[in-house]
Amino acid sequence: MGISAMRFNRGGYLIREGFRSIKTHGLMSFATVTIIMACLIIMGSVALLSVNISHLIKDLEKQNEIVAYVEDEDDTYIEEEAARSLEPAIRAIPNVTNVRFVSRSEAMKNYMDKLGKELMEGIDETVFRHRFYINIDPIEALAETKAALEATPGIGTVRAQQDYANTFIRIRNIVTLVAVILMAILVFVSMFIMSNTIKLATFSRREEIAIMKMVGASNGFIRLPFVVEGLVLGILGGGLGFLAQWGLYELVENSLGSALSDIVQLVPFMTMAPTILAIFLGIGVVIGVFGGVNAIRNYLKV
Amino acid sequence: MVRFDKVKLTYDNSGTLALDGVDLKVDEGEFVFLVGPSGSGKTSLMKLITGEVRADSGRVIVNDFDMMRIRRRKLPKMRRTLGVVFQDYRLIENMNVYDNVAFAMRVVGASSREIRRRVPYVLELVGLEGTEKRLPTELSGGEQQRVAIARALVNNPRMIVADEPTGNLDPVRSLELMLLFEKINEMGTTVLVVTHEKELVNAFAKRVITINDGHVISDGMDGYFSYEIQ
Repeated sequence: MGISAMRFNRGGYLIREGFRSIKTHGLMSFATVTIIMACLIIMGSVALLSVNISHLIKDLEKQNEIVAYVEDEDDTYIEEEAARSLEPAIRAIPNVTNVRFVSRSEAMKNYMDKLGKELMEGIDETVFRHRFYINIDPIEALAETKAALEATPGIGTVRAQQDYANTFIRIRNIVTLVAVILMAILVFVSMFIMSNTIKLATFSRREEIAIMKMVGASNGFIRLPFVVEGLVLGILGGGLGFLAQWGLYELVENSLGSALSDIVQLVPFMTMAPTILAIFLGIGVVIGVFGGVNAIRNYLKV
Repeated sequence: MVRFDKVKLTYDNSGTLALDGVDLKVDEGEFVFLVGPSGSGKTSLMKLITGEVRADSGRVIVNDFDMMRIRRRKLPKMRRTLGVVFQDYRLIENMNVYDNVAFAMRVVGASSREIRRRVPYVLELVGLEGTEKRLPTELSGGEQQRVAIARALVNNPRMIVADEPTGNLDPVRSLELMLLFEKINEMGTTVLVVTHEKELVNAFAKRVITINDGHVISDGMDGYFSYEIQ
């Protein structure tokens, strides 16, 4: 039998060992998977909450419009046609996502609808100017976009609610920061718990490891079953965690749905599912393998 | 083959001098008893041979490996030239007899075919044929120690080192085990047995190295009594 066949044999053996160990240490394996799951669900919930808050703020941001007024000449009022012709120039400005033209007559009609006909008595439509309602993205670019609009020939005053924008940006930054800090702490805590759980699981096996060392096993040979074990438990924890997170999210969505569906629209789980699954599996595997290798490190120093 | 030249060893945590300038040489194919009272340095000497500890000064050669300079990575390779037997057997409890022995072969990357051929042969050699499927806990102490010996032998080591192998056995089983070591030695393997059982040592006309207080105080064929004369 050739060298490669031998290696294959051994690899197969070590992988089988990993699975055997999961079975023989059933309770510990169960505890490990549960802990990975719990950590991932807590982390996932924080992340999803942050995603939804950001999404909600984004929605609100979109409603924050810049109003750019078309300047009238000294004595003549600009015709609607001429005012409309400014639109391509506005659209060409970076960060502008949507442009809506409102003529002076439409503007007056809107005001009359809002304030009542009596109040508008004797007011001519020439009081109003043609205007563009402009949406931008990202909102951080508000100041520069406003400046670019003001520099556009034919545009006079530009009104933008910088305060609102700043508030939105601040809230979004705080939410992201809090989420990142919380997740960092959670990752650290999970690693710690994991490492200790696996340490407990391997404590009973230190004799076995010592025997392996005594008959001339290399560290790699001893480690591989633990890596396989960590990998499998990590994937299991990640996968089950994903399913649980999904269920939880649907539950929240349904209970919110009836009460607040008009105000709060949650980001659909399915649009995020592949990302969440990948992250859960990734973190699960890292925690599992790291925990497994870290836990037996001390026993290998003989 | 084992060779010690002026070997000194202190224990880090207590600063106790465990071995103080030990010289000894065990040649290929020899059968040697290493005797001495507890705390004399026997176990330290064993640990130097298996590479569990490193000497402070002097020279330690085991099966052509320079134990003072050996890299950690090379230790597994060195250990494969040794078969180690302990007083407490050190078997893996949830593996049956066959797997306990086969596992030592898997560690060194033997093929399944080699394992299937070699393990039954070694089990027969130590007189354990028919116990393959049993767990260590279902066997007597003497039988468990035979499994440990089979495991030590299975990779065809150049030397067997046994640390108080009969410590947990009654006199009859102890004698049987020594006869097994003698048989193994006659087949060409060097055997080094650490013990403090006088009767057992005296029953065999073998070379006896006596160690006390970290020194070799006698070395010869005159048996265990030399250490009591001191």
